[in-house]
Amino acid sequence: MRRPEAPAAIAFGLSILAGLGLAVVYVVGGQPQVEGALLGVSLGGVGVGLILWGKRLLLPEQVVEERDVGPSPATERRAAQEALGRGGEEIGRRRFLSRLLLGALGALGLAALFPIRSLGPRPGRSLSETSWRRGIRMVDEDGVPVTVDRLGPGSIVTVYPEGAVGSADAQTLLIRVEPGRLDLPPDRLAAAPEGLVAYSKVCTHAGCPVGLYRAQTHELLCPCHQSTFDVLRGAEPVFGPAARPLPQLPIEVDAEGFVRATGDFPEPVGPGFWDRPAG
Amino acid sequence: MPRPLIGWLDDRLGAASFARRALRKAFPDHWSFMLGEIALYCFLILVLTGTFLTFFFVASGREVVYEGPYRPLRGAEMSAAFESVLRLSFEVRAGLVMRQLHHWAAVVMLAAVVLHVLRVFFTGAFRRPREINWIVGVSLLLLAMGAGLTGYSLPDDLLSGTGLRIAYSVLLSIPFVGTWAAFLVFGGEFPTAEMIGRLHVLHIMIIPALIAGALAVHLGLVWHQKHTQFPAPGRTERNVVGSPLWPTYTFKGAGLAFVVFGVLAAMGGLFQINPVWLYGPFDPSVVSSPAQPDWYLGWLEGGLRLFPDWDVELFGHLIPELFWPGVVLPGVFFAVMLLWPWIERRITGDAREHHLLDRPRDAPVRSGVGAGVLTFAGILTLAGSNDVLGPFLGIPVEDVTLAFRVLVLALPPVVAYLTFRACRSLAERGGRPIREARRLSLRRSRTGGFEEP
Repeated sequence: MRRPEAPAAIAFGLSILAGLGLAVVYVVGGQPQVEGALLGVSLGGVGVGLILWGKRLLLPEQVVEERDVGPSPATERRAAQEALGRGGEEIGRRRFLSRLLLGALGALGLAALFPIRSLGPRPGRSLSETSWRRGIRMVDEDGVPVTVDRLGPGSIVTVYPEGAVGSADAQTLLIRVEPGRLDLPPDRLAAAPEGLVAYSKVCTHAGCPVGLYRAQTHELLCPCHQSTFDVLRGAEPVFGPAARPLPQLPIEVDAEGFVRATGDFPEPVGPGFWDRPAG
Repeated sequence: MPRPLIGWLDDRLGAASFARRALRKAFPDHWSFMLGEIALYCFLILVLTGTFLTFFFVASGREVVYEGPYRPLRGAEMSAAFESVLRLSFEVRAGLVMRQLHHWAAVVMLAAVVLHVLRVFFTGAFRRPREINWIVGVSLLLLAMGAGLTGYSLPDDLLSGTGLRIAYSVLLSIPFVGTWAAFLVFGGEFPTAEMIGRLHVLHIMIIPALIAGALAVHLGLVWHQKHTQFPAPGRTERNVVGSPLWPTYTFKGAGLAFVVFGVLAAMGGLFQINPVWLYGPFDPSVVSSPAQPDWYLGWLEGGLRLFPDWDVELFGHLIPELFWPGVVLPGVFFAVMLLWPWIERRITGDAREHHLLDRPRDAPVRSGVGAGVLTFAGILTLAGSNDVLGPFLGIPVEDVTLAFRVLVLALPPVVAYLTFRACRSLAERGGRPIREARRLSLRRSRTGGFEEP
């Protein structure tokens, strides 16, 4: 077939075969790669065929159009302005009524805003609190209470308040370092017994879990935006976009060796917001 | 078109004179005019595949235990949404192809939209009288980005959950209203049971409807105002020269559409994208590393990574460091973009109508600004994957970040100035038209056609 239609005909023919093949593949059970390839050929064949037809078989033709869209003549403009003005004037004469109408529409608009309020609860103190309370035991992600002898120096575990495993804002990192190396003010050092120190796992930058620990340098690293916090010095940010330290959870070790919170975080965990109390 | 159809329509609508003009409407030819078309065809594919996906997706955060055929996750707790995506991928016949085709079409559509915007920008096609369509176009870009963000958050996998967490934190950072805004949008403190359902409504109804509406206006205005064209012999500010809608342009346009469909379908089958079963279900205490958003949000991600730890305390209130790169940067970026036709008019003092396009060299200031902004966005995008670049280059991530912090401020002005100078000297050297007129004689062949002797 050495006719000018040949290439387009081949393209359409391939498309037909691929389309039929697709039906067969689908019926016998489907296979993603084959489906994609056949669908590609059946669609692409139509496309290539159309382009070849358009380029090789249709007469190359250029049409010239005048640009007739543009500003209207001055008389038309004036007439349009007058038409608008005439209506406006007529309405404007009923000043009392038009003010009432505006008032009604305004009140309606205002009323329409209120359902938006139903979209979410009042933030209240929810951003400033987590479910940590005095005396609550720390459990790991399987709900097993954490004991002090489970944690050797350099170890790190994600913990939750007992009964709230998976809690997004209460998730905490419990890290054990050599006790003498913690460089904290006395009251916070007291909240980190036996070298056990607990920091919120929620990054103060954009709220990602601070998931990476560099044990040698005692640094916590957030994988999202690389904010880095110094574990030995109160989780102060030492690199990256985060501006505030990870809040420290006060903890104690009870007589049986379980780790318990002695209160909630002293400040809101996670990213900053307008009403966040100054730290 | 067959005569009875024209007659039938004309009897009822008086459509014959419109049809006569419409069928002979001129569509100027240039490869760069196809970019917007590609975006349009991607949108069509997105609507079709998206409809298919909607039939299977369960927009619910309800906890379920997976018991499907994908063994590594059997017995895992996950949301009903994530489970339905796994079912769609592994159990629904042709489901995986549809899902991947949908995601590839989104990625390609954004690329086509961005290139189309660049084409319109660098050739000055946004100038009077097309400022309205520029604004509609920028809105379409924003809507497409919103569709992408809401879409890839739906599967409720580990990666998308992290993205939502960041979006929530950005909302939270807005002064005065941030807390309320975040709580109203998400339905409470992150993560909420409501969020998947809300994203779903946005993604499958509200945003697509807005895109369809804006698209109709966009194309309607192109039709009404007629297309721009590059200068060439015979083309003036008063006319438009191109292929007629019927049949030449119809064949080209439909051909391109089917080629785009075909390429996307092949990609959807052959190239894996967003394998959520490897990421696993969303868990607020886990994050994958490295983690990147889809490419068109990379510049925003890069901004978050590069911006220094500058939070501001103001009368006992806090403006978090996240506010500047998360809200102010995109806000200023798109405000300048929307206002650019008027900004440029202020710079050049040129308020005339333009239907003939500039070459980039014809407008050194615009091209310089454009190249500078592109450099800025490009460096931010690279910075958005500094955790991949660092190990790849064998450099600590910290050093990569510090280098980008310098480059993102230093390089754009340099590139802008060099582009400005290059355009200047190019324009001074050659004022020749793009295409020389070609003398051509034709001979009538024996069969009635024309041929070159």
